[in-house]
Amino acid sequence: MTGAVLYLSQPFAQHALIAGALVAVSCGLIGPFVVTRGMAFAVHGTSELAFTGAAAGLLVDNNPIGGALIGALVVASVIGALGVRERERDAAIGVILAFGLGVGVLLLGYYHGFATAATNILFGNIFGVSNDQLLALVAIGAGVVVVMAVVYRPLLFASVDADVATARGVPVRGLGLVFLLVLALTVTAAAQVVGTLLVLSLAITPAAAAQRWSPNPLTVTCLSIVFALVAADGGILASLASTTVKPSVFVTSISFGIYLVSRVVGPRVARRVRPLVADMPDTDMPDTDMVAGA
Amino acid sequence: MAIVRLRDASMRFDTRVLFEHLDLDVAPGEFLAVLGPNGSGKTTLLRVLLGLTRLSSGDVEIDGRAPRRGSHDVGYVPQQRAFDRDLPIRGRDLVRFGLDGHRLGLPFGTTRSRALVDDAIGSVGAERYADAPVGLLSGGEQQRLRIAQALIGDPKVLLCDEPLLSLDFSHQQAVSALIDARRRDSGTAVVFVTHEINPILAYVDRVLYLVGGRWAVGTPDEVLTSAGLSDLYGTEIDVLNLRGRIIVVGSDDAAPTEPGGHHHHHHDHHHHDQHHRKDRR
Repeated sequence: MTGAVLYLSQPFAQHALIAGALVAVSCGLIGPFVVTRGMAFAVHGTSELAFTGAAAGLLVDNNPIGGALIGALVVASVIGALGVRERERDAAIGVILAFGLGVGVLLLGYYHGFATAATNILFGNIFGVSNDQLLALVAIGAGVVVVMAVVYRPLLFASVDADVATARGVPVRGLGLVFLLVLALTVTAAAQVVGTLLVLSLAITPAAAAQRWSPNPLTVTCLSIVFALVAADGGILASLASTTVKPSVFVTSISFGIYLVSRVVGPRVARRVRPLVADMPDTDMPDTDMVAGA
Repeated sequence: MAIVRLRDASMRFDTRVLFEHLDLDVAPGEFLAVLGPNGSGKTTLLRVLLGLTRLSSGDVEIDGRAPRRGSHDVGYVPQQRAFDRDLPIRGRDLVRFGLDGHRLGLPFGTTRSRALVDDAIGSVGAERYADAPVGLLSGGEQQRLRIAQALIGDPKVLLCDEPLLSLDFSHQQAVSALIDARRRDSGTAVVFVTHEINPILAYVDRVLYLVGGRWAVGTPDEVLTSAGLSDLYGTEIDVLNLRGRIIVVGSDDAAPTEPGGHHHHHHDHHHHDQHHRKDRR
């Protein structure tokens, strides 16, 4: 652990922790919506194609982040345009994902720079974050937080109950597209920390864990952010301490550990806070007597 | 002064006519049932009143104005549907959507919004399960919360789209009684789309019956007769009145059927199973 403390005065470690925190907040914020909207596969698809974009960016301009961002945005737009229904959407994502990965491998085949650049795209390279990249992550993180804070309530309504939300005047389709773009930004940022292959560990797992503790959407969102923060910065600190193991390993492990604990302990806490409905008598019954005579 | 007013209203998709030259006034506190076979335009009519679809021709007004999406003059109660058990939404969150779900921002409650939500929950008798996840509620409990959600904005007309579908008989009775009580107490007009008149027969003032481009309006006694429906369907239809229940015979799936009709039975059965399982836990 002393190693980690020594590193904390180093700019690269500080950059990593700040970047990790920014990414964690974005991921934690969108995570519950990803789960509620059944978009885990869309996240995976977007991140895989961010890989293709990053490979292209690396080849063309030695700029994997810019490439990843463009790739993710293109894919998010295509997903938005193609599939309205969940099943159609998943099939469409599967089709694009398979093709996109193939293109990404082809592009990497033409790349003759540092071999680690390729693995960094896939598994993340948070300790290599430059000042410019950090600024980009700050901008992305701030953008995601602001947009989500603005659309949170109608997006929740639309995610839970699209039909009634439509009837109430919520622009359900427009919000869905906004969310896809926010998702693309978040995925691109998260890929810098854990890599395109492991984005789900920050975008889904903390939210899935948070749901185990409470049915209150705001509480779930807060817990999801906290869990993502613990996983991201905890993983970075653990990696600093170990010096040899990549942060991605620790981030995914901590994230998974939180999920396991949440599955076991969460429901008990939730039940203590409020009794389960299933334990109550059916409250609809008394009224039926009143009606029976009518 | 009518709350809902349709004049010479027509709805066509390509060559198919859903209804034509429809004139209809729904008064405050009136309970109107909209009946008809699948695809006859019942739901489309609701969409027109919600401001989601435009009439092909004719005029429609709600409280003197053209229907507008998201208007607080209108409350909407949809079909019951299953929610994911893990969905992090409580009953009170669902109700709250009716108040400010369309507004931008974070859903932090104010003292006023909390009081309004509590009132709405109390008015449908849902206090005991309002803080539970909606995914764990029975169909009847869910529909009570839906009604609270629709009524929290104090609408002038309540639009219901098959709200009793997939509920068992006792829940159908309870939910119908709740809607009836509301229109009597507050003068909220009710437009109730259903393929099954019997659960609401005791409350219905008038019926709008849509069939294959034609329509009839009147009290249940006027519209639901063998002669009337035979004329409307253009084929032989028998309407039986059996101990205060109306049974329509002679048009396959076209006419409203008894709960014993196979479609409905399946739903009821399914729901029962679910309920028993929950009670045992």
